[in-house]
Amino acid sequence: MKKDIILAGVGGQGILTIATIIGDAATAAGLHLKQAEVHGMSQRGGDVQSNLRLSTEPIYSDLIRQGAADLIISMEPMEALRYVPYLSAEGWIVSSSHPFKNIPNYPDEEALMNELSAMPHVATLPIEEVAKEHSLPKSANMVLLGMSARYMEILTPEQLRASIARVFASKGDKVVADNLKAFDLGLNEQ
Amino acid sequence: MKLLLGDEAVALGAVHAGISGVYAYPGTPSTEITEYIQAHAPEVRSRWCTNEKTAMEAALGMSYAGKRALVCMKHVGMNVAADAFVNSAITGVNGGLVVLAADDPSMHSSQNEQDSRFYGKFAMIPILEPSSQQEAYDMMPYAYALSEELKLPVLMRVVTRLAHSRAEIAVREPLAQNALNPDNERTHWVLLPANARRQYASLVEKQSQLLASSEESPYNGSKCKTQGARLGVIACGIAYNYVMENDPQQLGVSVLKVSQYPLPESTIKEFAAQCDALLIAEDGQPMVEEQVKSLLGAGYVLKGRLTGDLPRMGELTPDSVGQALGVVVEPAYTCAQNVMPRPPALCQGCGHRDVYDALNKVAAEYADARIFGDIGCYTLGALPPFRAIDSCVDMGASITMAKGAADAGVHPAIAVIGDSTFTHSGMTGLLDAVNDKSRITVVISDNLTTAMTGGQDSAGTNKFEAICLGLGVEPEHVRVVVPLPKNMEEITHIIREEIEYDGVSVIIPRRECMQTLKRKLRQNKTK
Repeated sequence: MKKDIILAGVGGQGILTIATIIGDAATAAGLHLKQAEVHGMSQRGGDVQSNLRLSTEPIYSDLIRQGAADLIISMEPMEALRYVPYLSAEGWIVSSSHPFKNIPNYPDEEALMNELSAMPHVATLPIEEVAKEHSLPKSANMVLLGMSARYMEILTPEQLRASIARVFASKGDKVVADNLKAFDLGLNEQ
Repeated sequence: MKLLLGDEAVALGAVHAGISGVYAYPGTPSTEITEYIQAHAPEVRSRWCTNEKTAMEAALGMSYAGKRALVCMKHVGMNVAADAFVNSAITGVNGGLVVLAADDPSMHSSQNEQDSRFYGKFAMIPILEPSSQQEAYDMMPYAYALSEELKLPVLMRVVTRLAHSRAEIAVREPLAQNALNPDNERTHWVLLPANARRQYASLVEKQSQLLASSEESPYNGSKCKTQGARLGVIACGIAYNYVMENDPQQLGVSVLKVSQYPLPESTIKEFAAQCDALLIAEDGQPMVEEQVKSLLGAGYVLKGRLTGDLPRMGELTPDSVGQALGVVVEPAYTCAQNVMPRPPALCQGCGHRDVYDALNKVAAEYADARIFGDIGCYTLGALPPFRAIDSCVDMGASITMAKGAADAGVHPAIAVIGDSTFTHSGMTGLLDAVNDKSRITVVISDNLTTAMTGGQDSAGTNKFEAICLGLGVEPEHVRVVVPLPKNMEEITHIIREEIEYDGVSVIIPRRECMQTLKRKLRQNKTK
């Protein structure tokens, strides 16, 4: 089995943490993995993405082909749309519905959400609000990961939960518990 | 197995190959190599250097002393290190010496996409170009053994996509470091013309050994033999992955992988004889394509970046290589309508913002003020809302271009340079300006770190006033301010005063980078 995943967002939103957790879970599961990241200038508030490729077979390219991604996971709705040429016909988009406007010419919000909702396989959630409602303001990215877990297939939610516990272990039990709670909120939402 | 970035695989490979020191100046996409060694190998000397030239020379010194050394830089750093780099091929080495150049095709974080393989060819030394993270790790002991066998430095070239992508790595038992064993052969190291001629003759003579090593290299060779294939692909470095991703067997295409240079000419001729045409897939500039063209003659059909079968510039992708192989890709979805570019910007609360606000205010009072920028986060001052700088060329060029423009009559001529860039390549230019009494105003925007690459130590922290005074800037024209909105009146006043001074002034706005400040606060909180 093979899963090509594009993680998208704005520099500083925490997509590399999502990538780290999926990467850790994949390694623990003995899967092959390639994970291309963006470092450098774009991390200063620009658009950032990570190409994550998981497979039971060896992987060659670090980059995903156009029309081949199984999943786009995005911390921001416009950033989700940026990568649709990479999405396969049956691929899913899992995205935050909360726009991050740090540019003067951000598109009309209604038109943007309409275009996103018109995609055949899409799940959105105001992840920041959900996280805040449950007093987990720093764990919006884990709500998104929880939502995505239902479409990941190559990794089970339990494998991802175990990875969250490992990755956040050094930050203490409270941080681990908060992030697991946020993950479960996303997983069980909708 | 370990999950490592390409850069980290390079670092761990070098540590396990027994290096005693790594020498580097931060530069995307090479920075994480040295950071990994700093974090994981305390037995290896690893403090940041002031620039790539000092790094290259110190690494050569360690090699002279008999130990293995690694020097790392981004591609444009090779220009800074070039004098030492090219001459290290003339002296030759004692302990193994590997120069790691991280190229940035598509200019993700750079001002050009020059291909470092040309530097290796120019210096006439072996070049290794790994195709994967595992190969980057595996090649390190091979590179050091080759360097010590040939008594030459070895250039390893990686690209952004390899440097910044993670994969699982199988690791080996580490090798011990070399013992101290300085070279006693002065005629190798004292490059007076008489010695240099002998050393150069020896380098020329070694070229047949370099070629033989490439022909026999475990990293070069046929990877996918397809019976009766009409098209062959020479796949260099990371391009090999993009070729294999397109399933050449199924396409009826043969593949020759090249990851060690000089080009294995016999192997290539033999491969070409079995095909009717060749596609050259290489990330960067068409270096191999040009060489193969002269090797096979005008009658042989070649495809590549020069012929337009692959894009002339920018990094390769599995899609662009697939297209050159005749694979038709039809994306399921076309580009979305409601998407706008999202360029990077200076962080909220960043001191550079206040510097540009102040400069813009004062510059607006002059008919023809020019602000010469430099390399770093503050280059983002070129973008809205600031649109403040008129140039950004290379490390240190702000001061020297302002000087030249002032010599020509531009006034006010203002240079904006960061603290780390100033010690990297700004100090010598400032001395020129002082000696010439040039009418320029230099702003050293000091955020106490090398910010753009992620907050590495900056070589001149706490030394800038002393450096400027030592270079001869008059004490009353070295002014320090704190770039905050509440100090705007004071800052603009000082800028006006110094612009009116007929000589060299230095203004140092000093406030810690928001990123390193936040990181410190977080760390204190966890403690």
